[in-house]
Amino acid sequence: MTKKTAASYLQVAPLTLVLAMFFVVPIALVVVVSFFRYQMLVGIVRTFTLKNYIDLLSSPTTWALYLSTVKFTLIVLVLTFVIGFWIAYFLVFHVRNLVVAIGLFLLCTIPFWTSNIIRMISWRPILGKEGLINNALIHTGIIDQPLNWLLYSDFSVVVAYVHLFTMFMIVPIFNSMARIDKSLLEAAIDAGANRWGVVWNVVLPLCKTGIALGALFVVTLVMGDFFVVTVMSGGLSGSATSGIFNDLQILNYPRAAANAVLLLIIVLLIAAAIFRLVDVRKELVR
Amino acid sequence: MSLPSSPGSRPWTFYVLAAFFTLFVIFLYGPMISVLVLSFQGPNASLVFPLRDPSTMWFDELFNPRRTGDVVGAFDRSLPLALIVMVLTVLISVTAGFAFRRRFLGASLIFYTAIASLIVPGLVLSIGILVTFKYLLGQSAAWYTSALGAHLSWALPFGLLIMFAILGRLNPSYEEAAYDLGASRWQTVKSVVVPIVFPGVIAVALFGFTLSYDEFPRSWLTVGPKNTLPLEIWTMTTNVTSPALYALGTVTTIVSFLVIILALGSILIIQRKRSR
Repeated sequence: MTKKTAASYLQVAPLTLVLAMFFVVPIALVVVVSFFRYQMLVGIVRTFTLKNYIDLLSSPTTWALYLSTVKFTLIVLVLTFVIGFWIAYFLVFHVRNLVVAIGLFLLCTIPFWTSNIIRMISWRPILGKEGLINNALIHTGIIDQPLNWLLYSDFSVVVAYVHLFTMFMIVPIFNSMARIDKSLLEAAIDAGANRWGVVWNVVLPLCKTGIALGALFVVTLVMGDFFVVTVMSGGLSGSATSGIFNDLQILNYPRAAANAVLLLIIVLLIAAAIFRLVDVRKELVR
Repeated sequence: MSLPSSPGSRPWTFYVLAAFFTLFVIFLYGPMISVLVLSFQGPNASLVFPLRDPSTMWFDELFNPRRTGDVVGAFDRSLPLALIVMVLTVLISVTAGFAFRRRFLGASLIFYTAIASLIVPGLVLSIGILVTFKYLLGQSAAWYTSALGAHLSWALPFGLLIMFAILGRLNPSYEEAAYDLGASRWQTVKSVVVPIVFPGVIAVALFGFTLSYDEFPRSWLTVGPKNTLPLEIWTMTTNVTSPALYALGTVTTIVSFLVIILALGSILIIQRKRSR
């Protein structure tokens, strides 16, 4: 081993150690525990069984919860992409002053650094039965009964997701877009492309990596979420993780673990699919 | 037709997208501002608008632990934890970032493990760390051990990604040029490497602090018997039906904003100094 490689290993050792201790080992243990038996009052019994998985996969509840998660994931993915793409497009191609563009970009990202729970709760006085929107609509005479579907519904869940996660789309798309050579756009226009043609044939393909990274974040965040869907639906909607949560409440760790493994497999498969589409690492190093 | 960013009169798309952008910013900040306003609600407690008899009574209520839980205690744990996570994230991800500038066996494996750690659902990791502490180490969970590790597993990949972006700008030929001009190793680090890397280091610190300070799913099973602030807020969302909840939201948001201003401000000052 050369001196330089030795230095690399030394430099990467703390990271590797933390990842091993607090990511690799815990996840491996979740997999192990998912094959253990659960017995009431005793807890985990260390005998191999597939019962947890069979229970889960044969339960209609599991399928319903996963279906609901997939539904939310797709809706939120589409919304965050459309919003994120046009916000980034506006900042990169319409704002002429770079300092202004960076300032507006920061304006979009600052809420990311504040508490998610507070941002979630802050929708209550807006969407609630006596909230701002219902009051305004009643005062202007558009409706005479408050709209009940604004809060504690699928609608408010989607609103909260978009509110919390759009930033994860804006940042990577903005990054890829900012790297596009503007003369490419001019060339496209000279070659006779119209406005949509430029967006569709030049800009969109060139920020493929940003979109993929954003999608990776949004999909994994929504699929792994339990708290937003619980709070914002008022307990009416569930997600894949609701099953895990319920099992944890009754201390059935093996079945919670099996459910966690199931979720993990799905999330990793989606991530692998996205990584196949684009070489994210190459993009980062470039 | 011309490019949207070329000089001359602005195309109609500019106005459409500017309106869209404004709506988005209102969507982002509107709810936060309403919480800020409502935290000054008067004694005739109502959780919605309008604001009646503005007062600061709910802030007093907040620091009076009889009725709203242990907010002060939670804050006393969340703040040190976030600072520890910040320092460790900076140290570990900066050194690791430099390691990845050279090729070494296993680099891809470590990189993808870090990415996997970023995308694994927080609740799943929470279970894993709890089980590790309970059954493998025979330890009970505590905010300064298991929760610290849980937060690091989430903050470090972010730090690493930022370091990748920053070090991508540090062309190795800059350092070689410095050596060729007769600079010592220390001089090169001081006048070439540090000025390029430092703003990124502050960004890493900002991520480390705020990701830990606001982290909820990964803390949920790993903090042990004593709550951190986000968990305290979570408990309050179900128990507390007074504007004290909004007051707590205002206080934590102000802390977050102070940290953001501190970080962005120092980046700005460094950039200024450098360009002079």
